[in-house]
Amino acid sequence: MDALMLARAQFGANITFHILFPTITIALGWMLLFFKLRYNRTQDMKWMEAYRFYVKVFALCFALGVVSGITMSFQFGTNWPGFMEKVGNIAGPLLAYEVMTAFFLEATFLGIMLFGFNRVSNRVHTLATVLVAVGTTLSAFWILVLNSWMHTPAGFEMRDGVAHATSWMEIIFNPSMPYRLTHMLLASGLTASFLIAGLSAYQWLRGDKRAGVMAAMKTGIYAAAMLIPLQIFMGDLHGLNTLEHQPQKVAAMEGIWETERGAPLLLFAMPNEETRSNDYAIGIPKLASLILTHDLDGEIKGLNEFEHHPPVAPVFYAFRIMVGTGILMLAVSWLASIQLYRRGEPKRWLAYALVGMAFSGWVATVAGWYTTEIGRQPWLVHGVLMTADAASDVAAGMIAATLAAYVAVYVVLIAAFISTLFYLARRAGEKPDRPDRAPVANRPGVAGSRQILEGGA
Amino acid sequence: MDLLATHGHWLAFAFAFLMGLSILLYVILDGYDLGVGILLRGATDDEKDKMIASIGPFWDANETWLVLGVGILLVAFPIAHGTILTALYLPTAIMLIALILRGVSFDFRAKVLASHKHMWDTSFFIGSLLAALAQGYMLGLYIMGFEHSIASHLFGLLAGVCVAAGYGFIGASWLIMKTDGELQKKAVRWARVSLWLTAAGIGLVSLATPLVNARIFDKWFSIPNIVLLAPIPIITGIVILLTDYTLRKLPLPQDRFAWVPFAGAVSIFVLCFHGLAYSFYPYIVPEKMTIYGAAAAPESLMIIFVGAMVVLPCIIGYTIFAYRVFWGKVQDLRYY
Repeated sequence: MDALMLARAQFGANITFHILFPTITIALGWMLLFFKLRYNRTQDMKWMEAYRFYVKVFALCFALGVVSGITMSFQFGTNWPGFMEKVGNIAGPLLAYEVMTAFFLEATFLGIMLFGFNRVSNRVHTLATVLVAVGTTLSAFWILVLNSWMHTPAGFEMRDGVAHATSWMEIIFNPSMPYRLTHMLLASGLTASFLIAGLSAYQWLRGDKRAGVMAAMKTGIYAAAMLIPLQIFMGDLHGLNTLEHQPQKVAAMEGIWETERGAPLLLFAMPNEETRSNDYAIGIPKLASLILTHDLDGEIKGLNEFEHHPPVAPVFYAFRIMVGTGILMLAVSWLASIQLYRRGEPKRWLAYALVGMAFSGWVATVAGWYTTEIGRQPWLVHGVLMTADAASDVAAGMIAATLAAYVAVYVVLIAAFISTLFYLARRAGEKPDRPDRAPVANRPGVAGSRQILEGGA
Repeated sequence: MDLLATHGHWLAFAFAFLMGLSILLYVILDGYDLGVGILLRGATDDEKDKMIASIGPFWDANETWLVLGVGILLVAFPIAHGTILTALYLPTAIMLIALILRGVSFDFRAKVLASHKHMWDTSFFIGSLLAALAQGYMLGLYIMGFEHSIASHLFGLLAGVCVAAGYGFIGASWLIMKTDGELQKKAVRWARVSLWLTAAGIGLVSLATPLVNARIFDKWFSIPNIVLLAPIPIITGIVILLTDYTLRKLPLPQDRFAWVPFAGAVSIFVLCFHGLAYSFYPYIVPEKMTIYGAAAAPESLMIIFVGAMVVLPCIIGYTIFAYRVFWGKVQDLRYY
């Protein structure tokens, strides 16, 4: 691999690892607020149980998100110095506002939210929960503004080969931003919902049927069932927006080489860049045209029309993985909702399916990001800056060595993360806490705030 | 001063100041976090829990100052950001991986099986130490103007050890303030050793910097600068001696003066930072690029500056609030 591919692989590895955790925390923050508000209103301990368990999950995800996010702030400079040199006047303020309005807010109030319960009033603690949720969402807002601008740049002019802002309103509300932001926020909602549903189904299967577990399970399943149709609708709108601004990406997603009317929706195919056609294609006639143009004989531009277009196979496959996962989410969450509504609990086989889908949000989100980001290639900023022109001149060997180190650390951390979540889920059901396994603060003999745990708030 | 006459120059200076402030705050705040992490090596299991509890509520926000510092470098001095970070590619990657290890260990160690906890304590220690060494190494290479010679790499390693010692010192001072009993006594011993290591490091770096850089030599050792600047090293020396004197007496009844070593550490950090900033101004990449040459377009900087003037006071306000919430001697942390 050459240095450019290695730099892309490294950036991809870092940002893939990073996005896993904010995808959970953005929505989980609001879910925690929901638990907390339910508790404030009903004084029912089951909501506090749910809050206590998922605040630990949140803390773990947040820590992983922060440390991997710091890596991202350096990777711009180490891997893509040309990015800031060319469009820094646009990207800079957006990133600065993310740090200033979001990062400090969430990081500071997280301390109070996690450890301050017995040090501040309940009202301040609820406020801290609100501010953490607002902080995570604000950071998603700013970074998606920047990302959307890279796909559909607006509100700028080029002077001496450098982008200068002409209208911040046009930059912030660039054409794809509302779609991309909503799509991502819903993706986060689904990821957190399926994680909650999956973990509580796991606890339920192990015989832990406390009220808190059931409350969390219901919240997760019902939220997922409500969000997934919204997401499918939003995804369709986002696709139409992409067709308008980045038709070559849509052509790659659909595997359409030649411009055609009444294009089929390919369920399966192997795009072949050498022959510039698809092998083993199985499709439904005219459906792609119908979905994308709302007309059975609508015309869709093929890849051959474009001077630059993205690599087809990864975009084509990633898109199908995302859509497939989405359909599975729809089936499982609706079935689970029906069973919960009728019987008060899911059937065992469905509970197993929920456990299996605990991280389905990750699969769909990452596949969706690959679709849109690889689909933007060979541009870094669409029509403005080529990825190859932004790369640094660091030696390939150095990039390869650090890439290997990052990947090794990430694999270990993902394994540790997933196993720790399930371990926490098992331990939450063991009563009382076993001193030999309990974390530090739970150990008997240390002063602290055990009364908060046992006596309620 | 005519440099400051135009809009762009004024903004470039303001952003260099803000960047310096962020990095200084990072070095102080995450410095004590990393220092506590380095000192974990010499602590018993119960002490480790206490030490980590003392920094638990703060480290997330402390680390954010690094993001802001690098963020300002990125957004206000984009060309310098690329030059500096590609020159420091390897130490940056090592530091980032170390910070990842340190950060995740906070959470994993409190949530895993007791038998796995030691593993995460070890990764906490290694992450903290490596991050400190990498940051010092970067400082050393920066002073040497990113020159790739054996001498500059050796100097980088030396600076790495000095920064690790400095972090150890501020970490121990933090513990003196936040703990009591045996752990506090232990922290006093740690602080005394690391204070002298730090002092030796400051001396070496201060001597080396003007020797490797003729411009900095002229800046410090010309008349009248040598007289005007003399207070910086003199005050640093006095602070070191006073801190050492206090450390000999601690702990005192009613925990009096337990805050002195931390105040001393902060003063030493501020003075050293001031000396470095003075030496390199107006360069952002030593001898190659000034802050005025590297600054982004004024209209973009203005947008950020206005935001910063509104947001930074809020950040400082709620940071103080958070420190007040967790004021006093450390209690065991728990998610309730």
